[in-house]
Amino acid sequence: MNIAVCVSHVPDTATKIKINSDEKTIDPNGVTYIINPYDEFAVEEALKTKEKFGGEIIILSVGGDSNKETIRKALAMGADKGILLKDNNSKDSLSIAKALSDEIKKLNCEIVFTGKQSVDYDNSITGQLTAELLGYNCVTIVVSLKIENNKIIAEREIEGGKEVVETELPVVITCQKGLNEPRYASLKGIMSAKKKIIEEKPAINSENCIEIIKMKKPPEKLPGRIIGTDISAIPELVRLLHEEAKII
Amino acid sequence: MSEKIIGILEQREGKIKKVSFEVMNIVSRLSQELKLEPECIIIGNEIDNFNELSMYGIPEITHFKNEDLNYYSSSAYSQIVADYAFVKGVKYLIFANTALGKDLAPVVSIKLNCGCLMDCTEISTNTGEVIVTRPVFAGKALVEAKLKSEIKIITIRPNVFKLKSKEQSINLNITVKEAKSPNLKSRVVEFKKSEGKLDVAEADIIVSGGRGLKGSENFYLVENLAEALGAAVGASRAVVDAGWRPHREQVGQTGKTVTPSLYVACGISGAIQHLAGMSSSKYIVAINKDKEAPIFSVADYGIAGDVFEILPALTEEIKKYK
Repeated sequence: MNIAVCVSHVPDTATKIKINSDEKTIDPNGVTYIINPYDEFAVEEALKTKEKFGGEIIILSVGGDSNKETIRKALAMGADKGILLKDNNSKDSLSIAKALSDEIKKLNCEIVFTGKQSVDYDNSITGQLTAELLGYNCVTIVVSLKIENNKIIAEREIEGGKEVVETELPVVITCQKGLNEPRYASLKGIMSAKKKIIEEKPAINSENCIEIIKMKKPPEKLPGRIIGTDISAIPELVRLLHEEAKII
Repeated sequence: MSEKIIGILEQREGKIKKVSFEVMNIVSRLSQELKLEPECIIIGNEIDNFNELSMYGIPEITHFKNEDLNYYSSSAYSQIVADYAFVKGVKYLIFANTALGKDLAPVVSIKLNCGCLMDCTEISTNTGEVIVTRPVFAGKALVEAKLKSEIKIITIRPNVFKLKSKEQSINLNITVKEAKSPNLKSRVVEFKKSEGKLDVAEADIIVSGGRGLKGSENFYLVENLAEALGAAVGASRAVVDAGWRPHREQVGQTGKTVTPSLYVACGISGAIQHLAGMSSSKYIVAINKDKEAPIFSVADYGIAGDVFEILPALTEEIKKYK
């Protein structure tokens, strides 16, 4: 069973975001890019699945040359090969899903893992779109996964609890923190990743469905006031919550 | 016949969720601004609280009913919504950006060959077309965006579009449609309720604890204050990574991005990822020993003191108030 893992290359969550003068994109200068944190759970789950069932793990990413760093990271964790679907324009989730599904079709992968969300544009839909384009089943926000023969039993995190979902292969699983503990790449893994193949090919052409009109900073929050340093401040705090904030 | 705007309502165990009323409010507002015909659909088995829908100005409700649809099924729900939207000639579909909405909306969008704008916090029609604002990078930036597809799907962030004071109650026209042999190739077979009462993603008040609590055994201080306020319990990434609290409570860039009316940060210094996830809360209270902590830069009201002293006293004071 071949396994595909879709990863995205995102600004480190510790990064401050600066907006470009075009007011549509972020300024990448001085920004450190990392593998999307949720995609690490996806890579780990793929490795565990391979340990059980065998097969080859193929890492896919859509974007520019710099995405190779993120693919390399996943290869260092133990994945077998990478495919970079090249596109230097910024693409929306649907265009990315079209590129991914077009490639996955050719790979004979019955199971696809990806993060439940990319921590850049936070749409949380690429996995579902890819699944639907492929005609695969999809389970999102997964925190526990069992594969038995063709059957999938997954737990997904929802508001106030977990849903137990049953479905069948082929499937796309979008991974949530808690699913597993991603391994660190060993030195040996890092060395061997340098020799692994990253195939490069153009992503299929598709037009974005979403037009970004403007990117802006959120309104600056005015610094508040420190109303005290001990319990004597509590009556004033409660008064403010009641009279000013009108919450209690 | 004018074109349709349809709201997708959500039930859990037969009860329509509060966020669905927010969806109805938006559908009602947009139908007036864009001169569209509003209606709502709900999928499930028995529904207990249809009467609560009468306050939101939309009489047309279609209930797709089947005992196998009490729990969510992405394959069945998406087919029902897409087929109905197609037959009705829908122009806009509005979902809540919940675990269900996030799962369902993109699947429906492929079936209807359209795009979706997720997790919107503002919707404007001033220019004659719909332009939404949505947070990106967990709220470190905002984008204004629009859809170029013929049909448009929008999901709204819970708790942001506050419910207006209720209008006059209207008579509902509820059409029940038997959903025959739904496609159940992917379905929920069980719901495991978690212990905590309220989920941070849905709560109007959140009390969060961080490393300043010094250990999971002290989180009862946060829980007690939360209970007094009727709030959900949240947590910083540090305490989730330390295993003190479950991940579902994590607020921030790799947890949940929240916009409650009140956010109380206890013993949280305010890492950039945490601030991104909560600084759009309407009011923020910070309690932290270190008066230089970044959390105070976003807090409306701060107490630069010891959480172990402040929290019990604050909890008592709140209880007196209620």
